[in-house]
Amino acid sequence: MKQLVIIMMAVLVLYSCGNKSSKNESRKPASKITLTAAGATFPMPYYNMVFSQYTQSTGTQLTYGGIGSGGGIRSLTDKVIDFGATDAFLDDSAMMKMPAEIVHIPTVLGAVVIAYNLPGVDSLKLSNQLLEDIFMGNVKKWNDPKIKSNNPGMNLPDLAITVVVRSDGSGTTHIFSDYMTKISKAWAEKVGVGKSLQWPVGMGAKGNPGVAGTISQTQGSIGYIGSEYAFAQKIQTAKVQNSAGNYIAPTIASVSAAAQTEIPADTRIMLTNPAAADAYPISGFTWIILYKEQNYNNRSKDQALATVKFLDWLVSAQAQAEAEKVHYSPLPAGTAEKAKAILRTVTYDGQPLLNQ
Amino acid sequence: MNSDKITKVILLLSSFIILFVAGGMVFSLVKGAIPAFKTFGAGFVFSNTWNPTQGSENYGALPFIAGTVITSVTALLISLPLSFSASLFLGEYYRGTRMAKVLGTMVDLLAGIPSIVYGLWGFYVLRPFLVELGLPNQGFGVFTASIILAIMIIPYATSLSNEIIMMVPNELKEAAYSLGATKSEVVFNVIVPSARSGIIAGYILSFGRALGETMAVTMLIGNANVIPDGFFSTGNTMASVIANQFGEADGLKLSSLIAIGLLLFLITGVINAVGKFIIKKLN
Repeated sequence: MKQLVIIMMAVLVLYSCGNKSSKNESRKPASKITLTAAGATFPMPYYNMVFSQYTQSTGTQLTYGGIGSGGGIRSLTDKVIDFGATDAFLDDSAMMKMPAEIVHIPTVLGAVVIAYNLPGVDSLKLSNQLLEDIFMGNVKKWNDPKIKSNNPGMNLPDLAITVVVRSDGSGTTHIFSDYMTKISKAWAEKVGVGKSLQWPVGMGAKGNPGVAGTISQTQGSIGYIGSEYAFAQKIQTAKVQNSAGNYIAPTIASVSAAAQTEIPADTRIMLTNPAAADAYPISGFTWIILYKEQNYNNRSKDQALATVKFLDWLVSAQAQAEAEKVHYSPLPAGTAEKAKAILRTVTYDGQPLLNQ
Repeated sequence: MNSDKITKVILLLSSFIILFVAGGMVFSLVKGAIPAFKTFGAGFVFSNTWNPTQGSENYGALPFIAGTVITSVTALLISLPLSFSASLFLGEYYRGTRMAKVLGTMVDLLAGIPSIVYGLWGFYVLRPFLVELGLPNQGFGVFTASIILAIMIIPYATSLSNEIIMMVPNELKEAAYSLGATKSEVVFNVIVPSARSGIIAGYILSFGRALGETMAVTMLIGNANVIPDGFFSTGNTMASVIANQFGEADGLKLSSLIAIGLLLFLITGVINAVGKFIIKKLN
């Protein structure tokens, strides 16, 4: 019995020691500011790169959790992060549901590519009709006459088509389904637009990395992913038919071309299926979202200032020049100006944080 | 206060903490699941649509219940002959030999491998192998997931049955031998009958583990939210749909996922109760 009592006392003493030390830590003033962000996996390769560059040059620590656009919005709603990231902008009713007014800052342009795994079949061409047929399960084999007639001369194997989709909620799914709804009546009626959908066919994998990994490991598979995930793993991507009828490969130039249109002042716009003849049709902005009034949850002014300063740098020419390294397209100059203007409306106790 | 009393109080407190945590879990599951059951009623359990599209949200748990039950039962059936032979090998035929020691260690080692590692192995090794054998859907689906599950639960059933088989009193066996029984007669007429409740308990424990297994299954089952229409088709399980979708879920979808969690909890509870009842009956 005595032994038991001694053990209990030892545990208590240890516990109280642990408590003390953690208290001491929290009392110390933070020497460096840490910004926490979470959300979309689609822009994550770009964010990982520029976030670490910013940390190296300014000392501001940045952490980014790729938990999906839906997760980013929810984390911002719960006020557990400094800013969130999403590939699907919040519509008016979703904005109303947020606990306070938020603003959207576009950060980069990206393409959702149709990635596939068919050894020996390069630059597959997919018409709008074929995209509908494949992703709705009407065409089940790669050597289907419909695919053959659209890709004359290609050696298409007698292999089942395995459609791979996102099993979690995702802004990438939102961009893709938005495009599908614009080009296919059947899709608009049966499936619709959303961050997660009731898929007519296919198997699910989690996150852009999960879908990319499944496609690269599965012969005969096809799916949609953020472009960088396909390029980094050297997965083949299809040419997609745009509204002018041209088959366009996802390149930095063709994605930039998709943004050559009138962008509204709050930058909330879907760029899918644009009119430009040389535009890749499944392109879109990805956004950072943050509260317009930065004084919430006892955030310090330093923290708020560090947040907007970082975002101001993120849309600057210097950061945007890095985008092409990871196969994203920089914001058009006009859009970057709009983003900067929005950042200047962000306040702390009603006072704008950034001067001109 | 004497030390006896102190010990009693400490033991009482810690048992209450366990009770409190278990009760709290049930409470929060039920509370979270209420909106889903209010919207869909009991039909939630029997509906096979899972439509998260905004505006036409409609959720049902049947595809996941079916996926869970089919994979777990298949896994149990696959693992049954393997773990039963292994436990007889370890506990009777080669008892105490060096070979049994090596095999026993290997079985324990299997139990210690994290589920994500099983998943990786299944994804990169087992699945391509099954594709070579001509499995459709590129090897993703109920069958592949069941095989992985079977391998994962073998150590549980084996080591529990093994322990029970070793505990069968020597007097019983010797009595049978003295009557002229052969080795296999002793095994199947003396050892197995007297150890059967323990053996069954081992299988129930491993079945419970198969029901709740998440990561490895998620990587192999194909995550298609439909009732699997065959052994080789893709499907989804209750644990794996929760793991896949809770991150961005809110509102009705989150409530439906919690409701699935509650159902999984209930199913596991019922299976445990049935197991206990069987053991009681046999004793």
